[in-house]
Amino acid sequence: MTLVEDIRKVAKQYPHSKSAILPALRMAQQQYGWLPPEAIEEVGEALDLTPAYCMSVASFYDMLHLEPIGTHTIEVCTNVCCGLVNAQAVLEAFELELGLAPGETTADGAITLRAVECLGGCSTPTIVAVDGRYRQSVEPEDAPAIVQELRNA
Amino acid sequence: MPDVLVLAGAEEHPLRDLTSYRAVGGYAQLEKARMREPQQVIQELIESNLRGRGGAFFPTGRKASFIPTPDKIAKPVYITVNADESEPGTFKDREIMLRVPHRLIEGCLIAAHAIQSKFVFIYIRGEYSTEYDVLKAALDEARAAGLLNDVTIVIHRGAGAYICGEETALLSSLEGERGQPRSKPPFPAIEGLYAAPTLINNVETITTIPKVLEVGPAEFAQIGAPPDSTGTRIFCLSGNVERPGPYERAHGITVRELIYDVGGGIAGGRQLKAVMVGGSSFPVMTPDEIDTKLDAASLGQRGLFIGSGVVTAIDDRACIVQFALRVAQFYMHESCGKCTPCRVGTRWLVQILRAVENGTASEADLELCLDVCDRIIGKCLCVLGDSAAMPVASCVTKFRDEFHAHLEHGGCPFGADSSLDRLFAPVDQHHDTPLAREVPV
Repeated sequence: MTLVEDIRKVAKQYPHSKSAILPALRMAQQQYGWLPPEAIEEVGEALDLTPAYCMSVASFYDMLHLEPIGTHTIEVCTNVCCGLVNAQAVLEAFELELGLAPGETTADGAITLRAVECLGGCSTPTIVAVDGRYRQSVEPEDAPAIVQELRNA
Repeated sequence: MPDVLVLAGAEEHPLRDLTSYRAVGGYAQLEKARMREPQQVIQELIESNLRGRGGAFFPTGRKASFIPTPDKIAKPVYITVNADESEPGTFKDREIMLRVPHRLIEGCLIAAHAIQSKFVFIYIRGEYSTEYDVLKAALDEARAAGLLNDVTIVIHRGAGAYICGEETALLSSLEGERGQPRSKPPFPAIEGLYAAPTLINNVETITTIPKVLEVGPAEFAQIGAPPDSTGTRIFCLSGNVERPGPYERAHGITVRELIYDVGGGIAGGRQLKAVMVGGSSFPVMTPDEIDTKLDAASLGQRGLFIGSGVVTAIDDRACIVQFALRVAQFYMHESCGKCTPCRVGTRWLVQILRAVENGTASEADLELCLDVCDRIIGKCLCVLGDSAAMPVASCVTKFRDEFHAHLEHGGCPFGADSSLDRLFAPVDQHHDTPLAREVPV
């Protein structure tokens, strides 16, 4: 099935198809890696919405990327609960390992490093989402192995 | 009195599959509820005085009673479960979804019966991937077992926006719009999703419902700190404590008991400096207040809130100005931009606090900071702006000496010794966007 067909199928779950815009954008991003204009257009076509409207919604949400991002993502929680117990050092360990500032992507497009707000894992700090899956109690010395794991993936 | 209700049976191992959930009496309350009149179930919720666990603490039964019955309205009525858990310090809903997903589904189905709804949306925060998988598997299992009857449950995934935990923003997002709050009234119970009556409840609230029916409303109303704070909470203990974790306890346990008896005290034997109670959206607590009971009435007497059950211990290494700054940066990042006091005010707070931290502020800036807080609180469609203003104002007021020390020292007196020193805020990743453009102070 094409992306448009997939989206229309998901939209049937909802009393109004416009409600499916978030799942649709997520599906498009899954396929394209990010949300280029053609992905936005396909979402619009599937849900009978204008690309401009889809764009306005996509730009509101942190997890939807209107610019290319890395194949893999490392997202370090730097909100206060993790911050109280060393999140800054964890973030800096990844910065050092990758040679990146938060928000940047490696030159080969493989890995994006981001700082993110509270991920809801405050009892096992620092929480790091690696490709969207939580790693708990991450310490600065864990950074090299996590980066290596993604490089090998 | 039972201390564990919501997570009962899952203390050691999660109860993810239907068989193990049924083994602890799962879905028995649904069966019983369906044999009673919907109105009777609502009445039991009212008698139990179960209140919302998402932060607002509104009586759940009363909220359900506002939903018009089918004979009074020609529209469908909806239930939306708020699983967009994003309040800093909060991880209880995640715990529920991972450990007792079927109890959440049972709660949804009992609520659906009570308000005669055929449609339930569970709005789960986008970052919760494993939680989504576990909940989805449980839902598929419940559906296959024929437990849903004619009720449709859809799990809707968010995409990263704190504001979507605000009930009207959640509805906007679920309708396919930007997640911006709407004015109330009309309240969602009258005009919510697709302009139809909608019951919105937090995950923990909904998951408590089967237990309310199981122990009985009269008995439940005696648990905790009656009359207002009945039942248990999954307190989210974190920060500088020896044993952080989700701890389900009856309302009324003191902050001291939770931190020192349950959590093993401050890590490394350090001194407590402040406690984030309820979440980062609320005023902070000082060490002389920690004998306060964790119930709405006791906290309310001190101008504090139970919020989403957060207790984050902050030890004496933390600079309170840095804490206030990081909290303000969070709300600046998450402000949806709809209301001017919040959009501009959160940014302004960040700038003032940064100036205090860097040593470029004066006494007048502290007054300005409080003034800005005052001009945000109660002046927007939702409470996101208040959520920045309340903790910041409480830090300036309760830790005035530390703010003065910054002014006198010409910057942070703790420097690199502070546990929050140089803590990076995601909002600073947006420096090429208008969001971070400097506003002149």
